[in-house]
Amino acid sequence: MNTAPLAPLPQDGVSEMDRVKPTSPRYNQRIRQFAKECWQSRMSYLFLMPFMLCFLCFILIPVFIAAFLSFTSFNGIEFPRFIGFNNFINLLTQDTTFMKYTLPNTLKFAVIVGPGGYILSFLFAWLIHQLPSRIRDVFTLALYAPSMVGGVALSVIWIATFSGDQVGYLNNFLMKIGFIDTPHLWLQDPKYLMWVMIIVSLWTSMGVGFLAMLGGLQTVNTELYEAGRIDGIKSSLQEVYYITIPSMKPQMLFSAVMAIVGTLKAGAISTQLTGQTITPQYGGHLITNHIDDYAFLRFEWGYASALSVVLLILSYGLMKLSYALFRTKEDE
Amino acid sequence: MIRKIRKQMTLSRVVLIVFLSCIAVFMLLPIIFLFNNAFKPLNELFLFPPTIFVQHPTMRNFEQLLLHTAAGVVPFSRYLFNSLLISGITLVAVVLVSTMAGYVLSKHRFHFKRLIMALIMISLMFVPETVMIPRYLMMSGLKLTDTYFAHILPFIAAPVAVFLMKQFIDQIPDALVESAKLDGATDMTVFTRIIIPLTAPAVATVCIITFQAVFLDTETSMNYITNETMKTMAYYVTAFTSNVPGVAAVSISAAVGLLMFVPNLILFLLFQRKMIQTMLHSGVK
Repeated sequence: MNTAPLAPLPQDGVSEMDRVKPTSPRYNQRIRQFAKECWQSRMSYLFLMPFMLCFLCFILIPVFIAAFLSFTSFNGIEFPRFIGFNNFINLLTQDTTFMKYTLPNTLKFAVIVGPGGYILSFLFAWLIHQLPSRIRDVFTLALYAPSMVGGVALSVIWIATFSGDQVGYLNNFLMKIGFIDTPHLWLQDPKYLMWVMIIVSLWTSMGVGFLAMLGGLQTVNTELYEAGRIDGIKSSLQEVYYITIPSMKPQMLFSAVMAIVGTLKAGAISTQLTGQTITPQYGGHLITNHIDDYAFLRFEWGYASALSVVLLILSYGLMKLSYALFRTKEDE
Repeated sequence: MIRKIRKQMTLSRVVLIVFLSCIAVFMLLPIIFLFNNAFKPLNELFLFPPTIFVQHPTMRNFEQLLLHTAAGVVPFSRYLFNSLLISGITLVAVVLVSTMAGYVLSKHRFHFKRLIMALIMISLMFVPETVMIPRYLMMSGLKLTDTYFAHILPFIAAPVAVFLMKQFIDQIPDALVESAKLDGATDMTVFTRIIIPLTAPAVATVCIITFQAVFLDTETSMNYITNETMKTMAYYVTAFTSNVPGVAAVSISAAVGLLMFVPNLILFLLFQRKMIQTMLHSGVK
């Protein structure tokens, strides 16, 4: 790839222009040159325009509006009132629900589902890759299918499984083998709800990232394995660590980004399982639920925006971290 | 033939296949249940002890769905029509728009390209749920609420689709595009004659990802649409199954669950190979 993805500014044209003093003839010449180049590549801009317009309207500008609103008190009707850092200070000092339930829940959920789902994706992709290609498709389908289940279908399946009465599949099974005596309220009891959410999320986590890893495994040069064997690699574990993962770093990175997104946006799952926006005793309360709570139940949009900004910064930081782990070095 | 198979079947491979089969069954069990549940008669839905497989399959749940929804103010067919129309237009629009963007980002040189690529790379991890409120303000500012555009336009801003397209088009040799240009082809011809035919696998992939997102989306109908006749099936069935009390809800949601899942499954089955082929190039360098 010839474009470094995270360069802050285009180095050609714009930034050079700034260095030359305005009003000098060279400045005029440069700006004319720049305009001419822009006009020459008008087709490029035309092709990009539909995407960029939507991108601006529904991603870039909303992010800036969210950042602006996070410094205001805004109820959706009156004009937002600027209150400085108060939202963030309240978040840290006043919001007991956030500190007591949301933050620990989100951390627990994210730490298990994010890396857990990621590692499982890699493990299963690697195992499937060992099979002859004719039967790979069957297993790929079996593992990918759950990630296509969403909304109502997910509710239908898992509410029946974890139903609190004897007719619930899990209760029935556990009572039959004598593990429990009375049915447990899996979805209402805050003790269990979080774990149920984690299990269901892990079940759905073999999504696009999993497919990216399967693709990545196919790109690994098989000659490397033979070379590795000559160089003294003994077990397949070493092979994975020294050859497979370094060779498919780019796909690992893409998959990691997908895993982060999937984990952070997972708030809907508690609503789908319990049918309530706010789960009993905040048992399954994640940060996205907290945002929904303030945005659509309490109409404190300024505060909700502050929460969104925290979430955005969090996801950006996590992405940076995975870049640090899997970024292909210049010399490789 | 048999000898050939036997040669491939080493012990470790058999163990591996058995292990993976167990995992596969575990992953698929809920989906098998979903299929069976939809065809269970009412007494089997509440059977004790509960069963997974249906004993006397019936279409009663689907009839219930149609009966119940026919009584509403807006007929079910309207929601279905909305969903199909929106999914269809969105698919075509997203594929077209992201292929155009991917082509330009991959094969052209122009100012701001680095900046745009950097923005796309950062927004790969963008979570739309975080900007529900600003999006609502944008929607009402642009007077898009209660129109089909509110359903379609946010999905066109799909950084993942553009990224996958760009990576895939990177594989098409520059020489091919340049020689076509030397022969006098315009950008439009290059795009329609060379890029579109060669990106079929990536198109299939983008279709699958987008369809999944659009077809199951309830947020748009919930937040940007107040007119009941403009809402989608996904929203309708979600609201419906959580509002209808008691026995009818179980029966109807069993049918609805299957209806919402099957289109996704069919699409994936059709394009599975193509999807993995695209994913070969999904790497972030």
